[in-house]
Amino acid sequence: MSASVESHEAAAPAEHAAAKHPAAEHRDYIGAKLGMWIFIFTELILFGGLFVAYGMYRSMHAHEFHKAAGELNVVLGVINTIVLLTSSLTMVLSIVAIRLKRKAQSMIFLASTMVLGCVFLVNKFFEWKAKIHHGIYPGSEHLMARPPGERLFFGLYYGMTGLHGLHVTVGIVVMAIMLTLLGRDKIRHDDFIKLENAGLYWHLVDVIWIFLLPLFYLAA
Amino acid sequence: MNSSMEQQDAHPHIVGYGTFIKVWLALVALTGVLVGLSASHSPNLAVLGLLVITPTKASLVFFYFMHLKYESTALKYMVAIAIAVLVIFVGLTFTDYLFR
Amino acid sequence: MSTAAASITAAPTSEPNFYAGSSRQGVLSWLLTTDHKRIALLYLGAMLTFFLVGMTIGVFMRLEHLTMGPTIMKPTTYNALFTLHGVIMIFLFVIPGLPAVFGNFCLPIMIGAKDVAFPRLNLLSWYLFMTGATIAITSLFTGGGPPDTGWSFYVPYSVTTGTNVTMAVLGAFVIGFSSILTGLNFITTIHRMRAKGMNWMRMPLFPWALYATAWVQVLATPILGITLLLVILERVFHLGIFNPAIGGDPILYQHLFWTYSHPAVYIMIIPAMGAISEIIPTFAHRTIFGYRTIVMSSMAIAAVGSLVWAHHMFTSGMSETSIIIFSLLTFLVAIPSAIKVFNWVATLYKGSIELKAPMLFALGFIFLFSIGGLTGLFQGALAVNMHIHDTYFIVGHFHYVMFGGTGFAFFAALHYWYPKMFGRMYKERTAVVAWVHIFVGFNMLYFTMLVLGMQGMPRRYYDHLPGFHLGHLIATVGSWIMVAGLLLMVTNLVRGLFRKVEVPANPWGGVTLEWTVPSPPPVENFDVLPVITEAPYTFNPVSKEQAS
Repeated sequence: MSASVESHEAAAPAEHAAAKHPAAEHRDYIGAKLGMWIFIFTELILFGGLFVAYGMYRSMHAHEFHKAAGELNVVLGVINTIVLLTSSLTMVLSIVAIRLKRKAQSMIFLASTMVLGCVFLVNKFFEWKAKIHHGIYPGSEHLMARPPGERLFFGLYYGMTGLHGLHVTVGIVVMAIMLTLLGRDKIRHDDFIKLENAGLYWHLVDVIWIFLLPLFYLAA
Repeated sequence: MNSSMEQQDAHPHIVGYGTFIKVWLALVALTGVLVGLSASHSPNLAVLGLLVITPTKASLVFFYFMHLKYESTALKYMVAIAIAVLVIFVGLTFTDYLFR
Repeated sequence: MSTAAASITAAPTSEPNFYAGSSRQGVLSWLLTTDHKRIALLYLGAMLTFFLVGMTIGVFMRLEHLTMGPTIMKPTTYNALFTLHGVIMIFLFVIPGLPAVFGNFCLPIMIGAKDVAFPRLNLLSWYLFMTGATIAITSLFTGGGPPDTGWSFYVPYSVTTGTNVTMAVLGAFVIGFSSILTGLNFITTIHRMRAKGMNWMRMPLFPWALYATAWVQVLATPILGITLLLVILERVFHLGIFNPAIGGDPILYQHLFWTYSHPAVYIMIIPAMGAISEIIPTFAHRTIFGYRTIVMSSMAIAAVGSLVWAHHMFTSGMSETSIIIFSLLTFLVAIPSAIKVFNWVATLYKGSIELKAPMLFALGFIFLFSIGGLTGLFQGALAVNMHIHDTYFIVGHFHYVMFGGTGFAFFAALHYWYPKMFGRMYKERTAVVAWVHIFVGFNMLYFTMLVLGMQGMPRRYYDHLPGFHLGHLIATVGSWIMVAGLLLMVTNLVRGLFRKVEVPANPWGGVTLEWTVPSPPPVENFDVLPVITEAPYTFNPVSKEQAS
C-alpha cells in the first residue's frame, strides 16, 4: 500500500496540543464508550461461565434445585430486585441531569444510586447471615448431609450471589469516585463519558441480578 | 478521527427523564408478572417467565438504560455477538449433558 | 512524492527516536512509559526470559528420559516440571506471544496511528502480566511447592493436591486480565484510529489478524477467569461445584477449562499467521495471493475455533452424541487454516524469493504448521482419538502447532522487525546457521514423539518401557541440537544490538507503513499522519533499499 506521506495534516490546534503530550489519551468519546462496552462483554462471559454450571447442574438435579430454592427468601429477593432496578433509574437520571447542566440534581441522583446499592448489600448481608446461622454454607456439616443437588444449588447460590455482591461493592466505590469528580467539575455537560461508563457498569450489575432472581429465588 | 472537535458532534441527543421513568415502571411491572407466573405452581408458566420475561427485562435495560437503542449499528452487532457466544457456550455444553 | 518508490522512502525527520525521546530518565522512563513501542520491548524482555526458563525445564524433562528408571529426578519432581513447563510456555510466552510484542510495537504504526487507543491501560496490561507471572513463580517456593497437576489443573486432583495450586492458578487468573485488556485496547485502536483513507479492506493482514485475535481474547478469556476462580473457591472455601463426592461433575470443569483453552490456541496462532502474511509477500516481492480470503479466514478461524473445545475431552465420559458434534466442528475449523496455507504458497509462485532469515523461519512455519494441523485432524477423528489421547502423539502435535507454528512465527517476526525496533542488524549467516539447528533438532525431537505416541507411549509419565527407549533417545538428542540452535539465535540477536551497523528505514523492501518511518521510529511514529490511497501489498520493482 502506498501512503502519500505528503498529505495534508489533519491537525487542528487541539491536535497540536495533543501532539506535545504523547502520554495523554486523546479525547475520543466513541472510543472510550466502545472500550467500556468491550469490558462489559467480558463481564457477561465471566458470569456466563457460572450460568453454564447452573444450567448443567439444574438439568441433572431439577427436583432438588426446585426444593432448595424454596428455602430462599423470595420477598427479600424481589425487594432487592426493585432496589437495583430503581438504582439503575437513578443512575441514568444522573447522567441526563449533568447533560442538562443540572449538577446538583446529578449528584443527588448519583448519591441515591450509591445508597440503593448499599441497601442491596445490607439485605444480602442479612440473607447470608440467616442462612449461615441455619448451617447452610459451603463445607458445613449440615449441608454435607443434604442430597447432592441441594448442595450444588447452595454452592452456586453463594458463588453467584457472592461474585455479584463483589461487583456491587466495586460499583459503589466507582460511583464514589465519580461523585467526587462531579463535585470538582471534572465531569461536565460536555465531558461526561466517565459517568456514562460507570453507568454502563452499574446497569450490567443490574442485568445480572435480573437473571439471578428467577434462577435462584423463583425456581421453587 | 480524534480531537475534541468531533466530541461535540459525537454526543447523541439527550433522552429525557420521562422515557426512563416509563422504562422503570415497565421493569417493575414485568418483575411482578414474573413473580406471579413463578408462584402459579405451573412449571410451564414458570419456564415461560424465565425464557421470555427475563430477557425482555434485560433488553429494556440494554436498549434504554444502557443507551444501546441510540448507538451505532456496529455496537449493536457487537452486543449481539457477545450474547450469541454465551448462548453457544451454554448450548454446546448442553449437547453433552442432555444426551448422556 | 507520488511514485510508489519515493513514498516508501522515509521522510527525513528531526525527531529523536523513541529510545531518546522520553520526558523521564533511566529506569522510570521504561517502567512508567505509555509508549506502545517501549511497552512492546518490556514484554519482549520478560517473555524471552520466561521462554529460556521454560526451555531449560524442557531440557531437564528430556534428560530424565535418557535412561529408564530414575535418571536425575524423582517422579514427583517430574510432575512439577511438566506442569511448570506448560504453565510458563503457554501463559507466559505463547499466549501473550505476538500480540504483546509485535502487536504492541507494530499495530499503531501499521495503521498510521500515534499509539494505541488506551496507552495507560496498555501499561497496566504489562504490569498485570508481570504480577501474574510473579504470583505463579511464587507458587514454586511457597505452600506445598510447585503444582503437579499438569498445566490444565484438572479436578478432582487440583482441588485435593497439597501442592500450591491456589497460587499458580491465581497467577494465571491475573495474567488473563492482561490478555483481556490488550484485546480490548487493540479492538478499540483498530476501530477508531486507522489513518485517513485506510478503510477495512486496505488494512494490512497483521492488524486484521490482531483484530480477530482480540475478539477471542475478549470473549474467551473470561471463561478461564471464572473457572480458575472456582478452583480457588473450592480449595479455600469448599464451594463444592466440581466435587464428585457431592454430585459435582469433573467433566464440567473440563468443559469450562477447554471453552477458553481451545480458543486460546487460536489466540496463539492467528497473529502468527498474520505475521507470516506480512513476511511472505515482502521476501517474495509479490503481492499476497487472496487478501480478502485471508481476512475472512482469520475471522472464520476465530469464530469456528470457539466451537470445538470438547475435542480435548473425547475420552472423558461425555455423551456420544456430543463427541460426534464436536468432531464434526473440529474438521470444519481446518478449512480456513488450510486456505491460508494455499494462499501463502500461491504468493510464492513467480515471486522473486529472497531466503533471508525471516523468510526461512516463515517457510519453516508453513511446513511445521502443516504437519501440526494435519496431525490435529487425525486427533479429531473419534476412533483414532480413543487410541492416541494422552499419548506422545498429542504432545508432538501441539508442539508442532504451538512451537513450529507460533514459535517459529515469533522468531520470524523477531528477525523481520528487528531492524525496525532496534535500528540495528544481526548477523545474517549466524541466523541461518541457528535456523538450521533449530529446524533439524525440532523435527528430530517432535516427529519422534508422533511415532512414540502411535506406539502407545503415554504423556506426563516420568518413566518409559524398554520398547520406547530408542524413540526417547532420539528425541532427547534432538532437543540438544534444537536448544543449541535456539541459544545461538538468541545470542546472535542480543549481540546484534551492539554491532555498529546503520539500518535504513526499509531494509527489506516492505510496503506496509512501518517501513516508511525511521529505524527505530520516533516517539509519535509519524511526523505527519499518512493518508492511504491504494490497496495493501502493492509492490513495484524499484521499492527496495539495500541493507549495508
